[in-house]
Amino acid sequence: MPEQQPPYEDSAIAPTGAGGATDLAMSEGETLEKPLGDSPSEGGPAAKPRSLWSDAWRDLRRNPVFIVSSLVILFLVVISLWPSLIASGNPLSCDLAKAQQGSQPGHPFGFNGQGCDVYTRVVYGARTSVTVGVCATLGVGILGSLFGSLAGFFGGLPDSLLSRLTDIFFGIPVVLGGLVLLSVVDSTTVWPVVGFMVLLGWPQISRIARGSVITAKQNDYVQAARALGASNTRMLLRHIAPNAIAPVIVVATIALGTYISLEATLSYLGAGLKPPTVSWGIDISSASPYIRNAPHMMLWPAGALAVTVLAFIMLGDAVRDALDPKLR
Amino acid sequence: MGRYVIRRLLQMIPVFFGTTLLIFLMVNVMGDPVAGLCGDRQCDPATAAQLRKEFGLDKPVWQQYLTYMGNVFTGDFGTAFNGQEVTELMADAFPVTIRLTLVAIFFEIVIGITLGVVTGLRRGRPVDTGVLVLTLVVIAVPTFVTGLLVQLLLGIKWGWIDPSVSSSAPLDELIVPGLVLASVSLAYVTRLTRTSIAENLRADYVRTAKAKGLPRGRVIRRHLLRNSLIPVVTFIGTDIGALMGGAIVTERIFNIHGVGYQLYQGILRQNTQTVVGFVTVLVIVFLLANLLVDLLYAVLDPRIRYA
Repeated sequence: MPEQQPPYEDSAIAPTGAGGATDLAMSEGETLEKPLGDSPSEGGPAAKPRSLWSDAWRDLRRNPVFIVSSLVILFLVVISLWPSLIASGNPLSCDLAKAQQGSQPGHPFGFNGQGCDVYTRVVYGARTSVTVGVCATLGVGILGSLFGSLAGFFGGLPDSLLSRLTDIFFGIPVVLGGLVLLSVVDSTTVWPVVGFMVLLGWPQISRIARGSVITAKQNDYVQAARALGASNTRMLLRHIAPNAIAPVIVVATIALGTYISLEATLSYLGAGLKPPTVSWGIDISSASPYIRNAPHMMLWPAGALAVTVLAFIMLGDAVRDALDPKLR
Repeated sequence: MGRYVIRRLLQMIPVFFGTTLLIFLMVNVMGDPVAGLCGDRQCDPATAAQLRKEFGLDKPVWQQYLTYMGNVFTGDFGTAFNGQEVTELMADAFPVTIRLTLVAIFFEIVIGITLGVVTGLRRGRPVDTGVLVLTLVVIAVPTFVTGLLVQLLLGIKWGWIDPSVSSSAPLDELIVPGLVLASVSLAYVTRLTRTSIAENLRADYVRTAKAKGLPRGRVIRRHLLRNSLIPVVTFIGTDIGALMGGAIVTERIFNIHGVGYQLYQGILRQNTQTVVGFVTVLVIVFLLANLLVDLLYAVLDPRIRYA
């Protein structure tokens, strides 16, 4: 992930330390913009002011990238919930006599090294990947935004401590950490893998959340809420969080794709999931020695993996374009 | 500047100890290192106890960590369980991985920035869309799949390269693995450069430079590029650590005997000394690269001055 954050806490370019002049300029800019933002949109009802979210949703509905990727994701979610809809076989029933055979009627993708039907295994593998991706993203998102917003909101010592803690977790190469931690766990369920990703993934979201909470904290309406005697919890939940969550959502969506890819990579290295779990990573890994003679055994799961990751990354891209108008 | 460097170095100390402690704990969770010594059989309890004592494994974890760190600072990374010095393994492995990483960074800089500049200057044209789609595909296909496909096509089907790299790993054999290692980051560099160029293209100073009548090439190189490269440099800097750690996959595919290979062997054989030693060095590299990036900010952007 590209890290564009300059080292705020250390340098003279910190936005917080800039003093009264910029604050004044900012608040003036906002009062000027307000009437513009409230002007009724061309088509919509004049009574309802357009928010960032309704604006983003309008953009997304028109974006072909968003439509295509969400259709793919919808399809993936459906087949991970009910794989038997499109695959009638059992992914674990194999016939060694058919090992490594190519495409046949009724078995469009051929058979793998153990003689299992590649098509059935590819369909059933979607569940693993989608579960890992969604659960890891939820865990990372919740943990990361909790820590990040606490650090950004309270500043001072908690911030320094949490920032150093994120640095520590950032220092560990992800694949390496996974290899070390997961090589002992005989994970036939996805939970150890998800847990590991949450453990090493939260700093990424935490940094983003911290940054955007710091920005949102300086807004006038937050100061007003504070002046009116709002509690910290209320300010965080009612005023800051809704305005700071957009970057978190963007990064989390893109990260979802990378978690799926990471699960496959770890399974390929033999440290992620273990058979008899059906996972694209495992299938690719067990097919790779036979790549010379039976490339189809690897290409189908690899293709499915690539399409899935691509769909999530494209979705994240489209969401970012919609939520961050600066890049347009 | 000097004070800033000292402050950053001081800040690195807790991070260094935290990360190495974390790795130390993780490796300890990894399982009983002595069990890996007796092959597939169960160890004789007396032998195991003897070995444990010999390697200091009977002491509590924090004490093991302190002893280990003390040794590291005198340049002693301990002995792998097969009797080879870990520093010896490092001397063999690191040059290979550093060469591989350098090849990867070279591709990132040359191909990534070129593509980024070309697309950033032609936003919305077919070239731009094409390259963007290509970068998305490269990002979406996991590195190990890219690597296996490249190996299948170039190495086996067409026979352009040797599917596995020889143990001395000369530079010319590392070109393709380096490209594979770089692929995902290369796509990020392209996208980052493109966004940055496109954003700065509308900046006042570019218009001024054009209005002065400077030739287009000079405007792009001296004014636009220099300002647009700041986020790219950051990314490449932080990527050094990720590349060296991520080389584990590429090295496995192309059978390169570098850091990733040694680490993989260490993990398989539950060789804690090797794993902790290599990871410690990787963490140091990562932290230094980050420091370097922050210092480069000031060189690239004269507006930033560190007090």
